Amino acid sequence: MITSDETLRIGVYVCHCGSNIAGTVDVEALTKFAEGLPHVALARHYKYMCSDPGQELVKRDIVEFGLNRIVVAACSPNLHEATFRRAAEDAGLNRFLVQIANIREQVAWVTEDRQEALEKAESHLGAAVRRVARHVPLQRQFVRIVPRAMVVGGGIAGIQAALTLAEAGREVILVEREPSIGGHMAMFDKTFPTLDCAACILTPKMTAVKLHPNIKLLTYSTVESVEGSVGNFRIKVKRKPRYIDESLCVGCMQCIDGCAFTRAKFPNAFDQGLGLRKPVWIPFPQAVPPVPVVDPEVCLQIARGKCKQGCVEACGERNAFRFDQQERIEEYEVGAVVVATGFHAFDPSVISYYGYGKYPNVYTSLEVERLLNAGGPTSGKLVLRDGSTPKRVGIIHCVGSRDANYHAYCSRVCCMYALKLAHLVREKTEAEVYNCYIDIRAAGKGFEEFYNRVQNEGVQFVRGKVADITPAAGQGTSAEGGLVMKVDDTLLGSIREINVDMVILAVALEPQADANQVRRTFGISCSAEGFFLEKHPKLAPVNTANDGVLVAGACQGAKDIPDTVAQADAAAAKALALIDAGQIELEPNTAWIEEDICSGCKTCINLCPYQAIRADEERKIAVVDPALCKGCGTCVAACPSGAARQHLFGDEQISEELEGLMNYV
Amino acid sequence: MSENGFKPRIVAFLCNWCSYTASDLAGTSRVKYSPRVRMIRVMCSGRVDPSFVLKAFALGADGVLIAGCHPGDCHYIEQNYKTMRRHAMLRYFLEQMGIQPERLRLVWASAAEGQYLAESIDQFVADVQKLGPLRWSGVWEDPWRREDAFDEIAAEHAEAMEVQA
Ligand SMILES: Cc1cc2nc3c(=O)[nH]c(=O)nc-3n(C[C@H](O)[C@H](O)[C@H](O)COP(=O)(O)OP(=O)(O)OC[C@H]3O[C@@H](n4cnc5c(N)ncnc54)[C@H](O)[C@@H]3O)c2cc1C
Ligand code: FES
Repeated sequence: MITSDETLRIGVYVCHCGSNIAGTVDVEALTKFAEGLPHVALARHYKYMCSDPGQELVKRDIVEFGLNRIVVAACSPNLHEATFRRAAEDAGLNRFLVQIANIREQVAWVTEDRQEALEKAESHLGAAVRRVARHVPLQRQFVRIVPRAMVVGGGIAGIQAALTLAEAGREVILVEREPSIGGHMAMFDKTFPTLDCAACILTPKMTAVKLHPNIKLLTYSTVESVEGSVGNFRIKVKRKPRYIDESLCVGCMQCIDGCAFTRAKFPNAFDQGLGLRKPVWIPFPQAVPPVPVVDPEVCLQIARGKCKQGCVEACGERNAFRFDQQERIEEYEVGAVVVATGFHAFDPSVISYYGYGKYPNVYTSLEVERLLNAGGPTSGKLVLRDGSTPKRVGIIHCVGSRDANYHAYCSRVCCMYALKLAHLVREKTEAEVYNCYIDIRAAGKGFEEFYNRVQNEGVQFVRGKVADITPAAGQGTSAEGGLVMKVDDTLLGSIREINVDMVILAVALEPQADANQVRRTFGISCSAEGFFLEKHPKLAPVNTANDGVLVAGACQGAKDIPDTVAQADAAAAKALALIDAGQIELEPNTAWIEEDICSGCKTCINLCPYQAIRADEERKIAVVDPALCKGCGTCVAACPSGAARQHLFGDEQISEELEGLMNYV
Repeated sequence: MSENGFKPRIVAFLCNWCSYTASDLAGTSRVKYSPRVRMIRVMCSGRVDPSFVLKAFALGADGVLIAGCHPGDCHYIEQNYKTMRRHAMLRYFLEQMGIQPERLRLVWASAAEGQYLAESIDQFVADVQKLGPLRWSGVWEDPWRREDAFDEIAAEHAEAMEVQA
C-alpha cells in the first residue's frame, strides 16, 4: 500500500548512459512518468549519472530541494549502487535511502521493442520509487580484518603470491596438497621461450618460501572447510600424516637408503610413473620441504606392522620417524585467500586414435618433460621404453584442445612447449622431429622469434591434424618399435604417412579433477569449461564472486609461467590492499527479531546456515547475532509470525516493490 | 506479442549472487529475451517468502519465476534447498487455490549462465502464454477486497507454516 507519509521527498534520476540506455528507452517519457509517481518531488534525466557532474546533480538537489530519498534508474546495482550511496552520504543523506532501478542490463540491453522497453523500465522504476519510500536510515557496521592471508596451491602461482605477501611483511599460510611445493614447473627441464632452466629459476624461490619467517608452509595438506567471510575466514586444513616429524627431519635422505626395500619398485607420480620410488620417498631432489614421506599402503611397518625399520635406524638420534602419526585438522584465521590450485594435464587415452596407453612409445608432453629433466627418471636422457635413443620423433599439437569433443578452448601454452620440446629433442638426440600442428600460436614476448629459431634448427613442420597412429608394418600392437602417423597435410593437400619411433602428445591444460569441490569450498564460480571464474574478465581478473577470495595462475585459465606470475602478484596485491584496510564493512541487510511478536517457535534457528540465531530461553524469543548474520533472509521468509525482519530486504520493502512492479505495467 | 494478443505479466525473483548476476551478464552480452518479465532482486532465493509468490498472483501476475544458484552453490551455503522445498509446497498450495502449478517455475542459473537464464525466461513466457491469462485477481476488483483477500491468504500460509515450539 502506498505510504501516506507526507514528509517523503523522492528524487528520481534517469541515466542515458550515453546511448546505452537512451538508445532503447525513451528517457524523457520515463522521466515524465516518474514525475507523476507518489511522493516524487523531482525527476531528471542526465547523460551519465555516474559521472562527477551526475553525482553533483544528486548532491545539489538533496541540499537544495530537501530530497530525502533517491532513486537512480541506470545500470545494475552491482556496478553503481555504492557510487550513489556515497553521493547521498556526501550530501548528508543516509546512504541506505537510495535505490537503483536496473534499466540497462535488465531492460535496454536485452529488449528490442522500444515500447516494451519503456513499459518495463517504468515498471522497474515505479517499483523502486515505491520501495525506497519504505527504506529507513541504517548505521554502517564494521569489523576488524585479520591481517593474515592464506595461499592455496604451491605451484609457481602460489609460491609467487606467498613471497610477495610475505615480503610486504604479512603473515602467509601456504597450503600445498603434495609433499613438496613447485607444481608443474618443477617437472620441467627448460622453459620457453628463453630456455631458462626451470630448476635454476624456481628452486631459489622454493627455498625462499621455506626460509621466510612470515610464511608458514603446510605441505601434504588440503583445505577441509571455509567458514566466515571476507576479512575473517576460519579455515580448517587437513594435514595428512607423513609419518615423519617435519621439525626433527634434517633432510639427509639416509632413511631412503636404509629402507627395507633395497630397490625402488613403486611408481613415482611426480615422474608421471616413469620413475620408481620406495615406500619412504621424496618426489624430486630439490623438494621443499626436504622431508620424505612414508606411503602407508606399501610401508611394511605401517601396512603389516612388521619391518626391521632400517629407515629408523638410519635416522638414528634425529629420531624423526612417527609411525603412529594421524591425520589432523588445524584451524587458521585469515583475512584473505588466494586460490592457486593450477591445472591438470589432459589424459589422452580417451582419444583412441592416438594410441596412448596402447603403444608404449606414445608419450604425453609431461612424461617427456620428466625424461628430459636431469633430475628425472633417466637423468635427463631421452630414451624409448627399451632404452634406445629415438631417431624420428613426432610431436602432435592441440591434443584435447580446440576440439569440440574434448576442450573447445585453446590451451595457449601447448604450441610453445611443443616447440620447446622439439628443440630439446633435437639438441639431445639429433633425431628428425615432425611437429604436426593446426595453427602455430606464438603470441607473446619473444615467442615468434623462438618459433623462427626452431624452424631454422631443422624441425619439420607439418600443417594438419593427425588422424591415426598405427604400428609400422610388420609390428604388432604391443611392439616396442616404430609407429606411423597418418596426417592430412593441408599445405601439400595430401595424406602423408610419417614413420617415427616416438610420438609426443602436446596435451591440453584442463581444470583440476577436484576443481568443482574446491570451488564449492571457497564459494566461487567456474566458467563453462571448469576454470575458476574471475569477477570481471577485464576489470577484476583476480577477484571472484566471493569477496576476499582471489584467484591466480592456471586454475583461472590455461596460461604460461610469465602470465601466471603476473597474475599471482596481482592477487597478492589485492589481498594486501584488503588486509591492510584494517576493517571491513558488514553486510547492511542483516536480520533482526521483533521481540514483541516473536513466539519463540524456533523455526528460524534451524534454518540459519551460520548459527547466527540463538534461543533466549528465559525470554522465550530468538536473538540474531548481527556479526554472524550474512543477510540471506531465509529466516525472514520462514517466520510464521513475521517477527523475523531484515534490514533493506524486509517484507515491507519487497512487498512494496512487488506492488510497484505490478501496478506500473 | 503473440497470436492471441495476450501479453503475460510475469514476476521474477532473482537471487543476488548467481541469477541476478546472470541477468547482468545477459545484459552485457546483449542477449535479447522477452520483456514480459519484471525483476526483483533478493539476496538469496531462500528469501522468497511463499506469500510473495501468492501476492504476485493476487496482484495480477500470470506467472512467477524464482531463480537461484545451482544446488550446492548458494552463496549462503544451502538456502536454495529451502527454496526447493517451498517451491514444492507452493505448487501443491497453488493447485488448491485454483492456479495451475505450472505458473510457478524454479530455475537455477549460475553467474556464468546469462544466455541460459534468458532462454529459461523465454521458455517460461512461452509456456505461460500457452496457459493464457490467469485473471485470479479479477475476483477482487475492489482494491480493498483484494488487500483483504491477500491478507487472508497470508494468514493461511502462516498457519500452514507454523511449527510447534
Ligand atoms: C608439458 C607442459 C610444459 C610447459 N612448459 C612451459 C614452459 O616451458 N614455459 C611456460 O611459461 N609455461 C609452461 N607450461 C605452463 C606452466 O606449467 C603453467 O603456466 C604453470 O605451471 C602454472 O602454474 P600454477 O601455479 O598456476 O599451477 P601448477 O603448476 O599446476 O601448480 C598448482 C599447485 O597447486 C597444488 N594443488 C592443486 N590442488 C590443490 C588443492 N586442492 N589444495 C592444495 N594444493 C593444491 C598442486 O599440487 C600444485 O603444486 C607448460 C605446461 C605443460 C603442461
Ligand atoms: S544466494 Fe543464490 S540461491 Fe542462495
